[in-house]
Amino acid sequence: MRWTGFWIGAALFLVLAYASTFMVTNTFFFFVGYVMLQFVVLATAWNILGGYAGYVNFGTSAFFGVGVYTAVALFKAFALPLPLQILAAAVVGTALGVATGMMTLRLRGIFYSIATVALVIILETFVVNWKFVGGAAGIQIVRPSLPSFFPTYEGMLFVVAAVLVVIAVAVARYVEGSWIGRGLRAIRDDELAAECSGVPTLRLKLIACGISGALMCAIGAPNPMYQQFAIPGAAFELPYSVSPLAMALIGGTAHWIGPVLGALLLSATQQYLSVTISSELSLLALGVMLVLFVIAAPEGLVGLLRKVGLFKTGTVRPSNEKGKGT
Amino acid sequence: MSFDFELLRDAIVFGLLLGCFYAAVSLGLSVAFGLLDVPHLAYPAFLVLGSYGTYMLYTLGFDPLVAGVILTPVFFVLGILMYRIYYETFEKRGADSGVRGLAFFFGVMFIIEVAIIQMFGVDQRTVSASYIGRSLEIGEMRIPNRLIVAFIVALVIAATLYLYLSRTFTGRAIRAVAQDEGALRLMGANPVAIKQWAFGIATATLALAGALLIIVAPIEPTLDRAYIGRTFCVVVMAGLGSMGGTLIAGIILGVAEEVVKIYGASWAPAISFGLLLVILAVRPQGLFGR
Repeated sequence: MRWTGFWIGAALFLVLAYASTFMVTNTFFFFVGYVMLQFVVLATAWNILGGYAGYVNFGTSAFFGVGVYTAVALFKAFALPLPLQILAAAVVGTALGVATGMMTLRLRGIFYSIATVALVIILETFVVNWKFVGGAAGIQIVRPSLPSFFPTYEGMLFVVAAVLVVIAVAVARYVEGSWIGRGLRAIRDDELAAECSGVPTLRLKLIACGISGALMCAIGAPNPMYQQFAIPGAAFELPYSVSPLAMALIGGTAHWIGPVLGALLLSATQQYLSVTISSELSLLALGVMLVLFVIAAPEGLVGLLRKVGLFKTGTVRPSNEKGKGT
Repeated sequence: MSFDFELLRDAIVFGLLLGCFYAAVSLGLSVAFGLLDVPHLAYPAFLVLGSYGTYMLYTLGFDPLVAGVILTPVFFVLGILMYRIYYETFEKRGADSGVRGLAFFFGVMFIIEVAIIQMFGVDQRTVSASYIGRSLEIGEMRIPNRLIVAFIVALVIAATLYLYLSRTFTGRAIRAVAQDEGALRLMGANPVAIKQWAFGIATATLALAGALLIIVAPIEPTLDRAYIGRTFCVVVMAGLGSMGGTLIAGIILGVAEEVVKIYGASWAPAISFGLLLVILAVRPQGLFGR
């Protein structure tokens, strides 16, 4: 897999993001942009386990919320700077991902999914009862002073999210092309056959859980700074769990670009609908698009583009073209 | 905190009654997920839909329980339609039904939620009838009649379903399809038709269960999220597809929730999911699993 082009594109993207903090004066641009980038990271992280290995994580909001509250707790206790908060969140996320995986990954895939739903509610209840970080009522975050090389706070957080996007996509791209990705795809296609051929299935799944958890928690960490507020009801919100999954499926799970495209498309649609009409309608859009895509375009946008011949670069062939039995 | 015997006794009795209600709510899932292997995450959404259906008929002048009975055939048809869609798009293709099937049901759940919000708004809804609001007094204990009604109806649903699955021809065919689909096909039966019928029955129980839900407590459109935990906890704890086990698992969950509420109501939402995680980690085949 060639990396030169990818890094040039990533560098260009970061330079543009940084430049935009000086050129764009409308804060709404950063408001929407931050949310979109946040979902790109979440969808990409989800896809590492859900797309490559076929294990559906419904607990993205558990990881996201843990990232939010790791940052809140560390900020309140030690006033740690943001990069360290993100790093700490990533460490906690890895541990949480691996621990959840160890508990349930030996079972059939559906049980992993149900366990991750459980994780959301349990962790939310825990945070609601944790007085130090504000409990159910939430907590106000006073932003520390702004580093001098950024003109606005919104701009800085936008760049932070952009950096996390580059990290997440690079990690996903690496995993996809490496032995980990090959192993995960073998698991998705036929776990029993993979195990019999000597693929270390459990270890691979745990690695994927850890990476995916770390990325989800990491993007949670800057969120309280961005909102200037953290409340368990919002941090562990169910749409945070379903949107990344929907975005990955809509974009296409076989290639790393899929979740990125899906996240940009769906989050833009949702933002547009909730600003112009109502937030219920954006939930409806999520539901309808999810159902339509899984029924009519199981390969997602990437699959559609492939069909019309616009997209050829993928090294990974989608697995379920021929009807494979179960 | 001093130990209060009366509080504990009340919690256990309430938990017992509530537990039977939880079991009644989970029976359909025990068929759909336990026997048919359909990861029906939208199941609790259909439950809440049943409650709102009951509410709608109630505003037209029907008794909530009667409304539940009237809705049962409607839900039966709805279930068959759901299974047809699921079968045509996922099971028949046999492709990756895990990820996409789950995503499909999650999508359906959101669509139902939003549809309810659009039609009824986000306010809590409740019904009243002669058996709601009063309570039965035994000694110093007061047991609300609504819980007793739910308890009795729950037992009736459970018993009916148990007899149906163990005594009738179709019922036994449903259990056979769960055991070995291929063998059933060799016997000249059509497994898809049987599964479709079973899924219809599973969904039909939700009409009455939904009526119980609105009798027991006020409902709101997003109540289904709490019941994802409760229903899946009960079904997994029971051991997939075990009807008797479902009743016992429901009671365990009900009692656990009520006892924890004595010490801190804010911990209650985590009980069902916590129990579920423990069961998955320690005994994934459930208490009465094969």
